Amino acid sequence: MSDYRIQGATGAWEVVIGLEVHAQVTSAAKLFSGASTEFGAEPNTQVSLIDAAMPGMLPIPNAECIRQAVRTGMALEAQINPWSRFDRKNYFYADLPQGYQISQLYHPIVGEGEIEILLDPKDEASAKRIGIERIHLEQDAGKLMHDQHPSYSYVDLNRCGVALMEIVSKPDMRSPEEAGAYVRKLRAILRYVGSCDGNMEQGSMRADVNVSVRKPGDEFGTRTETKNVNSVRFIMAVIEHEASRQVDVLESGGSIVQETRLWDPDKNETRSLRSKEEAHDYRYFPDPDLLPVELEDAFLVECRASLPELPDAKRRRYEGALGLPAYNAAVLTAEVETARWFEALLAEVGDAQALRASNWLISDLFGALNRLGKTLETSPVSPSQAAELLKLVADGTLSGTLSKQVFEIMLETGQDPGAIVEERGLKQTSDTGAIDKVIADVMAANANKVAEYRGGKDKLFGFFVGQTMKAMAGKGNPAVINELLKKALG
Amino acid sequence: MSVDTATVRKIASLARIAVSDAEAEALAPELNNILGWVEQLQEVDVSGVAPMTAVIPNHLRLREDKVTDGGIREDVLANAPNAEHGFFAVPKVIE
Amino acid sequence: MSNVTDLGIAAIRDGVRDGRFSAREVAEGFIGAVEKAKALNAFTVETPEHALAAADAADAARASGELKPLSGVPLGIKDLFATKGVQTTAGSRMLQGFEPVYESTVSGNLFAAGAGMLGKLNMDEFAMGSSNETSAWGPVLSPWRRNDGGNAALTPGGSSGGSASAVAARLAPGVTGTDTGGSIRQPAAFVGITGIKPTYGRCSRWGMVAFASSLDQAGPMAHDVRDCAIMLEAMAGFDSKDSTSLDVPVPNWEAALSSDIRGKRIGIPKEYRIEGVPEEIDRVWEQGIAWMRDAGAEIVEVSLPHTKYALPTYYIIAPAEASSNLARYDGVRYGQRVAPEGGNLQDMYEATRAAGFGKEVKRRIMIGTYVLSAGFYDAYFNQAQKVRALIARDFERVFEDVDLLLTPTAPSAAFGLGEKSNDPIAMYLNDVFAVPASLAGLPAISVPAGLNAQGLPLGLQLIGRALDEQGVLNAALAFEERAGFKARPEAWW
Ligand SMILES: [Mg+2]
Ligand SMILES: [Zn+2]
Repeated sequence: MSDYRIQGATGAWEVVIGLEVHAQVTSAAKLFSGASTEFGAEPNTQVSLIDAAMPGMLPIPNAECIRQAVRTGMALEAQINPWSRFDRKNYFYADLPQGYQISQLYHPIVGEGEIEILLDPKDEASAKRIGIERIHLEQDAGKLMHDQHPSYSYVDLNRCGVALMEIVSKPDMRSPEEAGAYVRKLRAILRYVGSCDGNMEQGSMRADVNVSVRKPGDEFGTRTETKNVNSVRFIMAVIEHEASRQVDVLESGGSIVQETRLWDPDKNETRSLRSKEEAHDYRYFPDPDLLPVELEDAFLVECRASLPELPDAKRRRYEGALGLPAYNAAVLTAEVETARWFEALLAEVGDAQALRASNWLISDLFGALNRLGKTLETSPVSPSQAAELLKLVADGTLSGTLSKQVFEIMLETGQDPGAIVEERGLKQTSDTGAIDKVIADVMAANANKVAEYRGGKDKLFGFFVGQTMKAMAGKGNPAVINELLKKALG
Repeated sequence: MSVDTATVRKIASLARIAVSDAEAEALAPELNNILGWVEQLQEVDVSGVAPMTAVIPNHLRLREDKVTDGGIREDVLANAPNAEHGFFAVPKVIE
Repeated sequence: MSNVTDLGIAAIRDGVRDGRFSAREVAEGFIGAVEKAKALNAFTVETPEHALAAADAADAARASGELKPLSGVPLGIKDLFATKGVQTTAGSRMLQGFEPVYESTVSGNLFAAGAGMLGKLNMDEFAMGSSNETSAWGPVLSPWRRNDGGNAALTPGGSSGGSASAVAARLAPGVTGTDTGGSIRQPAAFVGITGIKPTYGRCSRWGMVAFASSLDQAGPMAHDVRDCAIMLEAMAGFDSKDSTSLDVPVPNWEAALSSDIRGKRIGIPKEYRIEGVPEEIDRVWEQGIAWMRDAGAEIVEVSLPHTKYALPTYYIIAPAEASSNLARYDGVRYGQRVAPEGGNLQDMYEATRAAGFGKEVKRRIMIGTYVLSAGFYDAYFNQAQKVRALIARDFERVFEDVDLLLTPTAPSAAFGLGEKSNDPIAMYLNDVFAVPASLAGLPAISVPAGLNAQGLPLGLQLIGRALDEQGVLNAALAFEERAGFKARPEAWW
């Protein structure tokens, strides 16, 4: 239970948050036409006569979009509706050629489900379940450009008709952090499933943020909906600003109007759209151009079978079967790429090395990538090269210090660690003969210190270790050096 | 149910059709007439009847996820009252 | 040869095949007739070049022995069908100058079968009307006149009024029509020709300007049953571009034509005997019943209890769908735009739609918007969809007992222009007999039965089971043989 509160003049206020996330379905073609969904094409070059709503054009649904919505529903442990249908949401706007959006109101394809969020990755006890109300399929709208001409807005229909999943949460979130965790988790799941690339910069994921405030224990307050917020940071900012704005309004004796608002990232505030709102009445009714969507059992079985291991299951397996600390498991499963990379590495070093491998990945590799401004996708070091490096440490070929040197060279050159060790002779030596010889030289060169040591100045032992190491350019096996020095110094 | 001119205006604005006062005045009784006439459906007992979905039994067919269309900007813009630089142009929208 | 324009589709097809005349002669004959008939206002666009090109292709095909089913047959195409590069307006100022870059599936099928196009046919705006008076391009005149010596202008009916006039006046041997609530059958009856609305889903709706998607269905209008069968064969067929298209084979209706209907059971729905219908309608209905009996059919009185609710149901569902289907006419991507000086986008929408749509279309958009609006959806639209299910169920029940239904097509003969245009409901009542079959998606044909006392044609309707166009056509053929309807209007235009 979140104890996030807004302290007002009249006391503490609780914030109630629900999110409607629009996630672009990963598909080659649009929901009802054969035009491409590719991002960033020339204006109106990815538009079919259907998308442009020419007279007499008719929609034909894309099987993959239905499949992805069903797989997503299954990943959210949601109820899949074997009978659903498309409705028309009627309103006029320049980015909506048909004069209606084909959506699903009365019979959505996916019903109730839930998502588990972790507020503290180190702590299972911080887990909270956020309810999913429904998921429905609908068409995206086109794009308006207002800055190209003094008196005209320009319309580009490339996005128009691209398939969206609208994932509607229950009003179960109580703080910006919970909302942030929810969106990050939802994004992770969609990316594991492969039903949405989660690319918020390109608008593949946008959220309508519903916020209301109440005194703890009271009924829900009136909510406002801030539309099309396209980053986790903004979503959290919207909640903070909108919640405190509502508290101010209420405490100054005003009341909240149920309205649509817009987030202004520059001014850092939400703005009312009432001007453009004027009494919306969408006149939903079943689209007579389309028949009901009926899902057969075989299709549902195929959808379920095609689901990958999902983040929660993976995290628990890493903690259980692999015995990784909760933190490591959480970090490694947060993003599908990280888990893939880790499992590729693990496949070569073996589960027994899971802990060392995960620590190396999280501290050494991530540290280096951050430093270099790179990601796992652009990492100069491959999982198998990493595996080789870890093996060289395990079999004593490299000391900790040496392995760090080798890793740096790998990052610069992309070479295999083995080759680097050979070329630069960075092997660690445990050859007692060689080490005894060096020790003899060191003792000869420091006869007086030897005398002092033998005279009881034990502290000097470290000095001899250091000198020997130095003489061996760091390649001597520290354990062996210690042992032989003790003997030699007697 | 009775439609007054205020309702006519509301409906007309939902339908994005400009109506003059005279038209609104004239439409109100017309719509009342027609709506009053269809009212008789209320007397039909439809308990247990599902609304019709497909008039002739039929199955929804789905498309394969293939790019088979697009790349026809000239055709898309061919009949546009105002097209500029590959866009449709409309009176400026202030958001 | 007397006059090619007297010929029907089969006669032209066979004559061209047998070399009795060339396709070009035929095309030129009809093109000439069209040119002389401007007074009827049946065509919105004339495309002689298209008809001639198809004719020359037909003559060439004959030479190389590759004739197609409709080679040499010039047709008229209702302006509701998108025709590539040829203005398509659906009878509306809103689409003035709109030249589609695509061809509707139905017109495309006809052209692929060798037919040519004489032009686009006038119609009620967006097919909303029963008299062709709602067309932005002016009303179509019926070639018929009352025998009272006066020459009052009569309606050919609607919405396929131009189609009806063109066939009755011998401007085209066959035409396409569309039928949402009687728009093929009522005009066919008004001008003494034959027109069939096939089962919903037989003809693709792709490229046909939508009025009410769950009801719209294309069909042929021609001189007789055989010509309708020939044309429907070419028009119909599964189309993967239309979700509601039926994936069933198209029978060879013409080849299977037979007027032997002995033993068929034909139902006479008692609810179709309604108050205030002139008894000339009852008389012709009785006559039709007698002919069917004579053909060896068994006549059975049946009941379709929800008949009286069909029209109100239709006038909720059709306007509701239309209010949404016509939202795309916003002046942004095609058609007319009216942008008031200094006005914003919403002003442009309102001005464009106020100027682009006619009175009846606005009226129906308003009704449709109202019945779908918040708080009314269940009371109106949902209730209507349930009653529609009951109406369809009525038909299913009687078709367990009978093979066909025989009813009047329209409650009156053609009326004068302006007689009903100020009373919407009186106008709507024209389709009281046609609408039930539309709501149930059933095949229904109108065949000429005779003339009334004023010398105007009257038609009767045969309704069949879903997908039983053959049964409908066969019974209509038996009817046609007995009716022997040969009357045709004096050419005054
Ligand atoms: Mg929303
Ligand atoms: Zn949405």
